[in-house]
Amino acid sequence: MSWFFRSLDSSIGKKILMALTGLFLILFLMIHLAGNLALFKNDGGLAFNNYSSTLRSLPVIPILEIGLGLGFLLHIIQGVRLWWLNRSARSEKYKINTPSKGSSIFSRTMVYTGSITFIFLVIHLRSYWYTVITEGHEVDLFNLVKTSFQDPVYSGFYIVAMALLGFHLNHGFQSAFQTFGWNHVKYFPFIQKAGTLYAILMAVGFASMPVYFLLGGQ
Amino acid sequence: MSEHKLNLKLMIWKQSGPDVKGKFQEYKVSVSPDSSFLEILDDLNDSLERSNKEPVTFESDCREGICGTCGLVINGLPHGPLSRIATCQLHMRHFKDGDTVYVEPFRANTFPVIKDLMVDRSALDRIMHAGGFISINTGGVPDANEIPIPKEISSFAFDAAACIGCGACVAACKNSSAMLFVSAKVSQFALLPQGQPERYQRVEKMIKVMDEEGFGACSNTYACEAECPKGISVKNIARLNREYIKAKVKSHNLD
Ligand code: HEM
Ligand code: SF4
Repeated sequence: MSWFFRSLDSSIGKKILMALTGLFLILFLMIHLAGNLALFKNDGGLAFNNYSSTLRSLPVIPILEIGLGLGFLLHIIQGVRLWWLNRSARSEKYKINTPSKGSSIFSRTMVYTGSITFIFLVIHLRSYWYTVITEGHEVDLFNLVKTSFQDPVYSGFYIVAMALLGFHLNHGFQSAFQTFGWNHVKYFPFIQKAGTLYAILMAVGFASMPVYFLLGGQ
Repeated sequence: MSEHKLNLKLMIWKQSGPDVKGKFQEYKVSVSPDSSFLEILDDLNDSLERSNKEPVTFESDCREGICGTCGLVINGLPHGPLSRIATCQLHMRHFKDGDTVYVEPFRANTFPVIKDLMVDRSALDRIMHAGGFISINTGGVPDANEIPIPKEISSFAFDAAACIGCGACVAACKNSSAMLFVSAKVSQFALLPQGQPERYQRVEKMIKVMDEEGFGACSNTYACEAECPKGISVKNIARLNREYIKAKVKSHNLD
């Protein structure tokens, strides 16, 4: 292994990889949400299906897809590895566990909120991405989304998963900045607030789609 | 002195050695609210010894909050329920009559239990040996104020240097990470001119030993800062991350 990979595999290096991939995924979520707002156009899915087929026809998309897949993969593998290594550092657990006043519930549950997000991701990809990949351009994606969201069980899981993703992002956003060493009296309080705002926007934004179709949106 | 006494049930972790199973043992005590936590353990041991029973092993030294020896986890919190104090500075007036108080050792694989509440924290010393120092060659004594240092910088360095190496940050962390400790030690030198010659090799070596010893990584939960008796800020961990990244980019070390 070269010095580069050895450094990335140190405790700080592992976290830097988490923060880099995490911020990349944060960026992706914003673009993903913005594009999907076309669902609300109320034109029988014309705008949304157009958006989707335009995306599909762009030659850069398959490359970005591979990048995104790698980003998720690295983040997940490294996250689970860190969780395992970190918990193995204390074989004999405390008998009395009092959560410290200093640490938020969001920060202590990253592996759980992350794992739910992973399960969500598998179901989500199976529902839409896989169908588009296997059935090609002709598929009416809007209709697929609409009918799946009219199922209260599917939508319910979706909404819960988005809330938990919000928890993940609320800690993750500011945590990534701390990992890079960008914690400064002047701007860190702003980063923390921006992270919470971002988390709420993403959770509410994505959850609003199943809610919209559950309430009879067309 | 008040006559008023508190009756407490102490549940104290008893473990005869590093690789033996331990368990809580119950002790009923009646204590003065003016006693410190260590004093009630002294009294308990005194009465145990008088009746030919084995005393509870725990560590303490200065008993004024500056040596960092007296690490106990009281009701799940390192150094007890109050913030910014060591166990020796915790007084019984913060407990109520009839309370059950659980006392455990600092728990981390890097801090093996020696006996009962006493743990071996020499892993922190080994991190220090790797780079937590500055080398000064012999010669004349330098003038105290020869090198100008901005007040703000010297204050940051002094805040970091307030770390007493107690290990409560490791004990409080869900990952048993020593990042707050290492960040304080790296910061106190990285900020000052005297720390510059060894700046980058210091952080590389200290993190390497920290990882080899088996401390966890930092998940930025910030529990350490809240439990640290000296209030060492997690901003030092951000600085440590910066120092490490800079060192990895700049140093000629190919390890
Ligand atoms: C869109 C999805 C996701 C985004 C935007 C995201 C973002 C982030 C960010 C920004 C961090 C903070 C990194 C740091 O502390 O420096 C983080 C940490 C973490 N993520 Fe994710 N994440 C996502 C999905 C997942 C998934 C699917 C998992 C699966 C297990 C996961 C597991 C973790 C874990 C365990 C941590 C904490 C690592 C640690 O501090 O020890 N994340 N995530
Ligand atoms: S950083 Fe605080 S808790 Fe950690 S060893 Fe130093 S004084 Fe103790």
